[in-house]
Amino acid sequence: MENLLEIKNLHATIDGKEILKGIDLTVKAGEVHAIMGPNGSGKSTLSNVLVGHPAYTVTEGEVIYKGKNLLELAPEDRSHEGLFLSFQYPVEIPGVSITNFMRAAINAKRKYLGEEPMNATEFLKMMREKRALVNLDSKLANRSVNEGFSGGEKKRNEIFQMAMLEPVLSILDETDSGLDIDALRIVAEGVNKLKREDTSSIVITHYQRLLDYIKPDIVHVLYNGRIVKTAGPELVMELEERGYDWIKNEN
Amino acid sequence: MGSEQEYIDIFDRHRELIDEPCAKLLNDERAKAIIRFKATGFPGIKEENWLHTNIAKRFSADYGMNLGRVEVKAGTHDIFTCDVPNLRTHQAYIINDTFHPGNNGKPLPEGVILGSLNDVAENHPALLAPYYNSLAGKGDSTVQFNTAFVQDGVLLYIPKNIEVEETVQIVALLQANVEMMSIRRLLIILEENSKASLLLCDHSSLQQQSLSTQVTEIFIGRGASLDLYELEETAGNNTRVGSLFVRQDADSRFNHCNITLTNGFTRNSVEVSLEGKGAETRINGLAIGDKEQHIDNRTLVDHKVPHCTSNELYKYILDEQSTGVFAGKMLIRPDAQQTVSEQTNRNLCLTSCAHMYAQPQLEIYADDVKCSHGSTVGQLDESALFYMQQRGIPAEEARHLLMYAFAGEVIDSIGIDALRDRLHMLVEKRFRGELNHCKGCTLCK
Repeated sequence: MENLLEIKNLHATIDGKEILKGIDLTVKAGEVHAIMGPNGSGKSTLSNVLVGHPAYTVTEGEVIYKGKNLLELAPEDRSHEGLFLSFQYPVEIPGVSITNFMRAAINAKRKYLGEEPMNATEFLKMMREKRALVNLDSKLANRSVNEGFSGGEKKRNEIFQMAMLEPVLSILDETDSGLDIDALRIVAEGVNKLKREDTSSIVITHYQRLLDYIKPDIVHVLYNGRIVKTAGPELVMELEERGYDWIKNEN
Repeated sequence: MGSEQEYIDIFDRHRELIDEPCAKLLNDERAKAIIRFKATGFPGIKEENWLHTNIAKRFSADYGMNLGRVEVKAGTHDIFTCDVPNLRTHQAYIINDTFHPGNNGKPLPEGVILGSLNDVAENHPALLAPYYNSLAGKGDSTVQFNTAFVQDGVLLYIPKNIEVEETVQIVALLQANVEMMSIRRLLIILEENSKASLLLCDHSSLQQQSLSTQVTEIFIGRGASLDLYELEETAGNNTRVGSLFVRQDADSRFNHCNITLTNGFTRNSVEVSLEGKGAETRINGLAIGDKEQHIDNRTLVDHKVPHCTSNELYKYILDEQSTGVFAGKMLIRPDAQQTVSEQTNRNLCLTSCAHMYAQPQLEIYADDVKCSHGSTVGQLDESALFYMQQRGIPAEEARHLLMYAFAGEVIDSIGIDALRDRLHMLVEKRFRGELNHCKGCTLCK
């Protein structure tokens, strides 16, 4: 399989403080990677750096995505190229309806790809179909993006947007946090339904429970800005039983 | 004193010329107003209400004044193009400062008068005498200036129990090829249980410098209801000094939305006096500034009696070097028990060169009321911008969407569907910079 994403010796800082201290990670087309690790180890920083959050500065290393230098692309172009982040804390955007938001996003992508804007009928049909995938209430679709949504609704809305944008590489940043067990199942099933042979995911989580639904091929442990352990799915159980202390002690 | 002396000299020299075509009612009030104006001159920037708006300087340019009432032919182009798509209106025009009847569709209901203020004051003095200048008489010196020089304007009179279904649209235009001053006046009277909606479009700008003073007095009788939408679309070399006075009787309703879409230098003053129990008022405003634009809105809601409700929402979006001023006062007098009053002022400064001066004020002298006010100045939400970019929306587009969403809350208070849709579209265009070179009233095209 070809490499979709190659992260080489990635160092990144925020406000002058180094958080990522040399990450190496390769994701092949079709793979599901899980990144686990204790609080403050740099998991969210890694996802933010990959999608181009302006608060972070890359000081060393490179990221090759689909053969391109990812770090040179504007955040919106990374999105057009199929990179999607399900935010740990989805942002509320008062006054912008989900419908208008998605229309702007879809049409921007089509423009980038040199395609005509989607017509209204086609767009609304697509909205309906994708909404059904994650049981997103049609009433929510007319509301402002995430405004007044419950934690579960926000995460479902993230997966709904993922369904609309059909990413090649999706990063799920603690998508399980704040979800009860039913909401977790709906969200995870949504992610699984969207999985195609050639699409990949990076699932960032603290806990095993999300990985009961979304089966990873490879599991990494991130600690103190580095990937300190990489193994198969069996590592998830081991972490669940032993916690992170043994890893901290080893490093 | 500076430029006021020149105006006083003009007034004294041409008093007969000014009085000659005008009704006695206008001239009588003029006589009182000039005395008041002479006593104070234009307001200085040390006065509390004018701290950030140097209006005297704006009056000092050498404007032409059409005191001899030289007739200005109304260009049919302007007259016939001021239609809002899907909105049938009764139209009237104020060209420079003269009334011109518009392109009316349906006849107005029996007894309703939409006409020249001066003509009606001449022909029905008893109808207007109790109203004309009864609120504006206590106005500041810019209002006295208007009363001293005004020769015409628009009168809208709606007798009791009459509902005017179609919106009345009054468009102010300037036609001249020199620097021009327009001194116009509106008098709007709604008798008991009448109802109307009114759209005031200010398009009084020229290639040359121009200044317009507009004084509007509105009387809303018991149980009557008025929706008033004001839209300013002028240009960078225009100054607008607008003063709106509203008196509401018991159980009346007033809904005002004032939008500054494009302008040069604007001062709007709104004073609403709640004088009968159960009156409701909503005053909203939206100001969009860029370049060197200056937008100053001052509002006063005066709760004089119990059981009235007032709601105020003013929003500013300031880009580049523009300046916004908001001073809003809610005055709850001792008798105004059971008042419910809410004032909100939210402002976006998009650059570090944009300035916003916000002064929300709540003065409460009654002890059984529910009042709140709040004011914020901030930037666009960076986290929302990034979230949108992650979804593929380019940064510039994301900014527009957020600005448009911010403005949308004010536009949504417009009760006429066709007008609301039109304004949503215009505001969006404005943010995209597509209104910069407009020549006509874009509301209509």
